[in-house]
Amino acid sequence: MAAMTMFGASIKRREDPRLITGEATFLEDIRLPGMLHAAILRSAHAHARIKAIRTSRAARAQGVVGVFTGRDFADLNPLPCAWQAGGVKNNVNTPRVLEIDRVTFTGAGIAVVVAEDPYAAEDALALIEVDYEPLPVVVDPEEAIRPGAPQLHENAPNNICMDWSCGDREATEQALRAADVVIRQRLINQRLIPTPIEARGAVAQYFPATGEYTVWMTSQCPHIMRLLMSAFVFGIPETKMRVISPQIGGAFGSKIYLYPEYCLVAALAKKVGRPVKWLETRKENYVATTHGRDHITDLEVGARADGTVVALKVKTLANLGGILSTIAPGIPTTLYGRMLSGAYRIPHISCNVVGVYTNTGMVDAYRGAGRPEATYVVERAMDLVAHKTGLDPAEVRRRNFIPPEAFPYDPVGILAGLKYDSGDYDKTLRRALQMAGYEAFRREQAQARQQGRYLGLGLSTYVEICGVAPSAWIGLPGQGWGAGLWESANVRVHLTGKVVVTTGSQSHGQGHETTLAQLVADELGVPVDDVIVQHSDTLGTPFGYGTYGSRSAAVGGVAVHMSLQKIKDKARRLAAHLLEAAVDDVVFEGGRAYVRGAPDRAKTIQELALAASVGYNLPAVMEPFFDETSYYDPPNCTFPFGAHVCIVEVDPDTGRVKILRYIAVDDVGRVINPLIVDGQVQGGIAQGVAQALWEGAVYDRNGQLLTATMMDYAVPKAGFFPRFELDRTVTPSPTNPLGVKGAGETGTIASTAAVVNAVMDALAPLGVTHLDMPLTPRRIWQAIHGRKEAAR
Amino acid sequence: MIPAAFDYAAPKTLDEALRLLRRHRDARLLAGGQSLLSVMKLRAATPKMVVDLGRIRGLAYIKETAGTLLIGAMTTHEQIASSALVWKRARALAEAAEQIGDIQVRNRGTIGGSLAHADPAADYPAAFLALEGVAVVKGPGRQRTIPADGFFTGLFATALKPGEILTEVRIPLKPAIIGSAYRKMKHPASGFAIVGAAAVLRAGSKGQGSQVRLAFTGAAAHAFRAKAVEAALAGQAITEAAVKAAMERATEGVEMLEDLAADAAYRAHLVRVYGARALLAAGAG
Amino acid sequence: MKVTITTNGVTASHDVEPRLLLVHYLRDVLGLTGTHIGCDTASCGACTVHLNGLAVKSCNVLAVQADGGTVLTVEGLARDGQLHPIQEAFWEEHGLQCGFCTPGMIMTALQILQRHPDPSEEQIRHGLEGNLCRCTGYQHIVNAVRAAARKMAAQAGGR
Repeated sequence: MAAMTMFGASIKRREDPRLITGEATFLEDIRLPGMLHAAILRSAHAHARIKAIRTSRAARAQGVVGVFTGRDFADLNPLPCAWQAGGVKNNVNTPRVLEIDRVTFTGAGIAVVVAEDPYAAEDALALIEVDYEPLPVVVDPEEAIRPGAPQLHENAPNNICMDWSCGDREATEQALRAADVVIRQRLINQRLIPTPIEARGAVAQYFPATGEYTVWMTSQCPHIMRLLMSAFVFGIPETKMRVISPQIGGAFGSKIYLYPEYCLVAALAKKVGRPVKWLETRKENYVATTHGRDHITDLEVGARADGTVVALKVKTLANLGGILSTIAPGIPTTLYGRMLSGAYRIPHISCNVVGVYTNTGMVDAYRGAGRPEATYVVERAMDLVAHKTGLDPAEVRRRNFIPPEAFPYDPVGILAGLKYDSGDYDKTLRRALQMAGYEAFRREQAQARQQGRYLGLGLSTYVEICGVAPSAWIGLPGQGWGAGLWESANVRVHLTGKVVVTTGSQSHGQGHETTLAQLVADELGVPVDDVIVQHSDTLGTPFGYGTYGSRSAAVGGVAVHMSLQKIKDKARRLAAHLLEAAVDDVVFEGGRAYVRGAPDRAKTIQELALAASVGYNLPAVMEPFFDETSYYDPPNCTFPFGAHVCIVEVDPDTGRVKILRYIAVDDVGRVINPLIVDGQVQGGIAQGVAQALWEGAVYDRNGQLLTATMMDYAVPKAGFFPRFELDRTVTPSPTNPLGVKGAGETGTIASTAAVVNAVMDALAPLGVTHLDMPLTPRRIWQAIHGRKEAAR
Repeated sequence: MIPAAFDYAAPKTLDEALRLLRRHRDARLLAGGQSLLSVMKLRAATPKMVVDLGRIRGLAYIKETAGTLLIGAMTTHEQIASSALVWKRARALAEAAEQIGDIQVRNRGTIGGSLAHADPAADYPAAFLALEGVAVVKGPGRQRTIPADGFFTGLFATALKPGEILTEVRIPLKPAIIGSAYRKMKHPASGFAIVGAAAVLRAGSKGQGSQVRLAFTGAAAHAFRAKAVEAALAGQAITEAAVKAAMERATEGVEMLEDLAADAAYRAHLVRVYGARALLAAGAG
Repeated sequence: MKVTITTNGVTASHDVEPRLLLVHYLRDVLGLTGTHIGCDTASCGACTVHLNGLAVKSCNVLAVQADGGTVLTVEGLARDGQLHPIQEAFWEEHGLQCGFCTPGMIMTALQILQRHPDPSEEQIRHGLEGNLCRCTGYQHIVNAVRAAARKMAAQAGGR
């Protein structure tokens, strides 16, 4: 019966032995006989016409097999944009495998060397000569939409990709006019570089006899990659391509997309007739893999004197970069604008988002994707209201929380038909404040201020949207996603009683091989070690949409659960046959099917699997084997929530922020493996804190990325953080039978605002109410210094 | 990222190394390699010849003789940071070594390599200047010494001449060092100094009070001494008020570096803050 | 150039280009792919191995510099199918998610524990400065190093 408690057990991960011993096969570890190596020449200019590329010297270099430019791949279509902003026109421009005559960001691929080894390939890059005609560059989205700005794309006047709105603008403006207080604030949500420690890569092999490709790539969603590559770029039958994601070294959204290089490597494998491998360098990863965030937002929030928020109006410029990544327009629209009610009952909300092309790298989803941006706006707004009304920020939040009895809650229509599923927001806040010792802290803070020390406490009481699916909602007729967004799972119980799960989800650190096996162990009553979870290969797994948006438990896990129910049902029917009992009298429980009231008349799941497999004695209408596939398309998304508290001290001499404590109370619904969820939350917090304090991608006016290496871009280190203090409440999601909500992004979504609010709280005595991120010592010192100067 | 091709030699003796340098004018010396290999991988440096000093015996040591601390050029940061002798005699140098990079870099990187590379944000240069160190240099057929004060001449530039090899760093221990310290604001990504300050207090002769040396790295094109501060504090008690007043002149005549981490005004401010912190720490013993 | 290097107890000689990085020697010449490459700038520490008993970033060492030396990689930690206590601790404490930084993280942890058999949290966090992890937020890694210290102390005491 011990197996019945796997749901909720912190068992060790089953994927770890290969990872801690170095046995795992990451993309860089793949070697095929005869394999060649590709290196890509990238545009040195942010905006330029390519007049000529001379490759002959490179082609003659030692070890070089071929040098190719965009013209060699003119037969391939540009990459598709698979998620466009819903309900409005999108002026779409997407990359080609290699750009042919024009580039719109520094780092766009324009030529490729294929050589016997990576050293020769890199050497030959220096021998390619390119004639550029540099064009005027614009990197700032506000400048880009002004008349007279350099135009990046013919079909996008004023560099506008799309102009999208939600909410009721007129009613919101009216409510703002009637509000006791109105606060206007500009917020810059800076550009971030996802930085998985494994950069991207691809290996491709082409089989001329069958015309088939096998492509290994660093992808969070191999099935989508195959679909997009075969049907949209190559124009070949999907059946001619197999895509495999090997062990993936982190992704954080940046490995969702179809990138030019993946297509290029496949095309090269056919052209040169040998397998081809491309590994991204870190510098390439920084310039040519997608970035995240990059919003300029003007916020107006209106409230009554008692802190009740009456209206929120948001106007955002979303910088999408020089060309569109796969789902770029969907992020700042559906996943951002539609979440601007936060955890609060806000009667009037209006949001306008303009997506803008600039001569910068591509911007797409990065961990949290739209929701950190929305949370930042709403949580900063709550603090600004508290500041303006002189109320305690915790109290302002309480006065505006959606109360538990209001669920399912429709945030005044901006979710386009969906409703928040369940929540008890005050419960997480109470717990977090209790852990923080809120009252005592406020006393300590007041004392510290007397001594010239600047302590601050920041709150972030967030809600987010996970398990993103309902296909009918997210799809083309609704939110513009170019397909469905359900998830698949197949469960088979083999003759030996061992269970094979195949899933369309793609695990790259989340631990699906463990958590999905825990679901199986509970339902079928088998040891976890008797379950294997297979994923990430289009050959042998059912079509699925992959892993992102914290959807793999709430969508993929439920698909597994559904297949298990079908197997249990079939097991019961088979047991009834073998035990000569009525089906309705047979119970399946704890790995056994037994006759109600006669627990000794039983068959174990292993016995039943054997009987089903050999097929000697089956009911007349029953097919052999336990093999069930399910496709789960949820009726709603899930809405995890929580309260984060950050306590900081600012050194006024240097402007440095020290995080003294970080407290997170999250509610992610029911938890399959607490240890894994803790890990997800901690990692998410680290990324969100890093946005608040350290990280930021910076381009100069010529469109050169100044933070193009890990020596410049501050990925946080172990010493930057205190020990995070975590707790959870459990409010099951009514959306799905597992009651799970999703835990992959909560930390990132919540923490950025908590840290910024804490620093602003610390600086409040100096009259600083807002600073933009990252809150570097320089920026804080300048603010303090400016205030002191002004006060003199 | 892969270095461009080069020829490689690993001489067993200094004389052999010097001969190789004479023969290959554009050769680069490889010590611990923690800076050179990085720039070669980015192809910011593409030497045709690399002369590896790692096989020459007897270039890694820390010892005290006749009132001088002698440190072999190939002594690693780790060896310096874990040397009880350095902590005792020249604490600022140990504190600088301890704050360089990370374990792996400290295990490979050497004091000679770091000083010769003269990265404007490296940690040692401030300590080397404040401790009034001396670089011992071997060239074709001769040996000479370069005092720290004249060692750094510009961005990644030193008084070393082509064909010369830095072999030893000497730290004079007389007059006695009463206290020394190195304080630094680390760049969050690179770990280099946005500003690093080394302060050294020595016993003054015949009851004249203490002698003060204060040097900075990370702030300008090369490490520099704040001589006006030193003069103002010479013989004075190192109090917060005295230090703060003296620090007003710390950046006199020096052009501050500007980058994403700090503009000139902020950097100058950090020079004052970290200079004061280093002085007070040195003053505390 | 001919180099002779003893890796995980096995001595081998190869002809290599002077510019061959130690990490490429391990991965491409010896086929020991447990050591990963995560950056160009010796920042991330994913390639950390021990060279002559010292943790080094093998992307910032030439194979020729290791000539005559001894290298230990993550593949050399487990003995007779028995995981090293640090490996066990990373597993038990959930000290990894994607696992890409893990071999380097483990090799640095080994050096930390060699120098500080009973490290403080501060010593661990400071010691891991040269190893970036983007998944875990480091907390479980710190826990793993502490747990490994306890295991190694128990093992040493048991002998």
